[in-house]
Amino acid sequence: MQRAKFAVTLFATVMAIGLTGCGEEKKPEAPKPEAAASTPPPAATVEIKIGTVGPLTGSIAHLGKDNENGVVLAIEQANAAKITIDGKPAHFTLISEDDQADPKVGTTVAQKLVDDKVAGVVGHLNSGVTIPASAIYHQAGIPMITGSATNPQLTEQGFDNIFRVVGRDDQQGPAIASYLAATEKPKVVAVIDDSTAYGEGLADQVAKTLKSEGVKVLAREKGTDKTTDWKAVLTKIKGEKPNAVFFGGMDATGGPLMKQARELGIKAVFAFGDGACTDKMHELAGEAAEGLLCSQAGIPPQAASKAFLEAYKAKFNTDPILYAPFTYDAANLLIQAMKEANSADPKKYLPFLQKIDYSGATGKIEFDAKGDRKDAEITIFVMKNGKVEPIAVVKSGKTIPFDEFMKSMGGA
Amino acid sequence: MDTFIQQLINGLTLGAVYAIVALGYTMVYGIIQLINFAHGEVVMIGAMVAFTVINALAGSGLPPLAVVLIGTGCAIPVCVLVGYAMERLAYRPLRRAPRLAPLITAIGVSIILQNLAMLVWSRNILAFPQIIDIKLYNIAGATITNVQIVIILTCILIMVALAALVYRTRLGTAMRATAQNPQVAGLMGIDINRVIAATFAIGAGLAAVAGVMVGTYYGIAQYTMGSILGLKAFTAAVLGGIGNVPGAMLGGVVLGIVEALGAGYIGTYTDLCKISGISDWLTQRCANDGHFVLFGSNYQDVFAFAVLIMVLVFRPSGLLGERVGDRA
Repeated sequence: MQRAKFAVTLFATVMAIGLTGCGEEKKPEAPKPEAAASTPPPAATVEIKIGTVGPLTGSIAHLGKDNENGVVLAIEQANAAKITIDGKPAHFTLISEDDQADPKVGTTVAQKLVDDKVAGVVGHLNSGVTIPASAIYHQAGIPMITGSATNPQLTEQGFDNIFRVVGRDDQQGPAIASYLAATEKPKVVAVIDDSTAYGEGLADQVAKTLKSEGVKVLAREKGTDKTTDWKAVLTKIKGEKPNAVFFGGMDATGGPLMKQARELGIKAVFAFGDGACTDKMHELAGEAAEGLLCSQAGIPPQAASKAFLEAYKAKFNTDPILYAPFTYDAANLLIQAMKEANSADPKKYLPFLQKIDYSGATGKIEFDAKGDRKDAEITIFVMKNGKVEPIAVVKSGKTIPFDEFMKSMGGA
Repeated sequence: MDTFIQQLINGLTLGAVYAIVALGYTMVYGIIQLINFAHGEVVMIGAMVAFTVINALAGSGLPPLAVVLIGTGCAIPVCVLVGYAMERLAYRPLRRAPRLAPLITAIGVSIILQNLAMLVWSRNILAFPQIIDIKLYNIAGATITNVQIVIILTCILIMVALAALVYRTRLGTAMRATAQNPQVAGLMGIDINRVIAATFAIGAGLAAVAGVMVGTYYGIAQYTMGSILGLKAFTAAVLGGIGNVPGAMLGGVVLGIVEALGAGYIGTYTDLCKISGISDWLTQRCANDGHFVLFGSNYQDVFAFAVLIMVLVFRPSGLLGERVGDRA
């Protein structure tokens, strides 16, 4: 008995030593080869760790990898540029973590990055993961910039070190509404929502913007996020003869809505928010989905600067999928702020990040008091041949046709 | 006026589907006094099987109508099998148990079927391939689609066929005899187990047809679609008088129309701005917005259950009367 116990303890101790041994071995090994390569004169180098987090496994792993690639590219370019901070050559290392798009995992890896003493974080991808994780970075005083989380709540928490380089969901409503008013010139618009916080909020903003532009908005119609039969609502709307219909909700309910509207012979223009701005709308509504308008925060990747697109293609031999230009900019913002502050200490460079004025792959970037990007773009899409295609970009209240916007980015 | 007619058409289509599902509830109840709460899930299984088949055949070049018919043809045997298995495994062993016991197994079967469907067809909303070319027809300012016409006609056909089966065939006579008194029917040489199994199978077959209809009409299917549909069809059966076959048909149609009209008009009649003079606060609010709708069309589902409560309070035996009275 006694011997068995002793054996178990011994075994556990050996295992523990083995494990810690492995852990210690790994850490210095990873940055070593790069460090050796880029800094011939040893000793006086500043090691700066930058963290990036996103779902690298699971159903949206391809988007997580895309986000990571943006950061990898930025760091590689920064190392090649031989930046000096505080008189010493700086070397940036990337610590990449997988949050599995899960809020629980997200907070765990956020803590891990904090323990690793990263100087700044680019991430996360999902709003639902970013919001709980942001509290951990805030406590640790580490600046975090997300390139893809669009939920307004993220920057409404009063955290001075949390930033986003992409537009907010609540900038979408005014954008799609003013686009609708300007291009389709409707006299009467029906607004429908799915009674969720997202759908109702979006519909409220659209109705408000339309009214301020002098468009008549019908009494709000409502369904739920599980409604499949919209015929009663649509029949009522049809009697009022609207020129356009806006729906605040997801594609799962928006698809049937649009299909049934066409079945009732409603010919109005249909507009949606990003929840229904997907190719799935075509699957759900068939030909009826053709011509719908919808909005998404940010700009599509093909509208990013030419220099970025070429560098990305050269490095990864593929095109960016969605948010890579934004994470690329986010990483560059961290580096730029460190350069301006001449320090990689979060406390010292944070004030510079807040006041930054930077021209990146997605255009000019400045932050407002909340940490949101000033004049963030919202892109308007149209359904063409079963695919949503960008048609215009709305920026600080102005609508720019997509071709022109592309040209302006290409020139920058 | 054309809005009203349009709502009637919407309601009639919806009601026709409710009626077919309600028949499944009412036939089973008429014979063994069991409310088969898993019946809605059989509808869902029918829609899912049809989805798989139609999806597989969508690109094959067959005419769309043939594809949908093949889909239905595959859904019916699967649902009949599910209905039969359900009766054999979950209800027959409890035939002599207190009435609450089979009711609880019914709920259990419903949960099992739903989760099985989730495992097989995933949690996602499945989009039915849009193979049918939808044509619109005008009736007095209202529109009706070819799919709606087919749904309504099929339902009428099924109802007539079912009535003929129940009142004109040997199986129908055996079913009615079993409903009146199983013991005596058994003594007269009727194989009660077979009759009950046949009832479940017929109900499940109807559910399969209803599933295909719902799937092609709305264009979507999901593993949860059966529960709310089942509850509404159950309401329709109670409305018409549970256990009463013509009652289920009437109940379904009435319920569909009540729902469509209710959802279509509730917003207009509960708009508080119509009476904005009664309080200063209201006047002010309406000056800003113009509409202050108390109950919107998202209360559509509430109508079915409000009807259920009203029927149970004021006319528990339903519009056409329950058939339980036949039992001595």
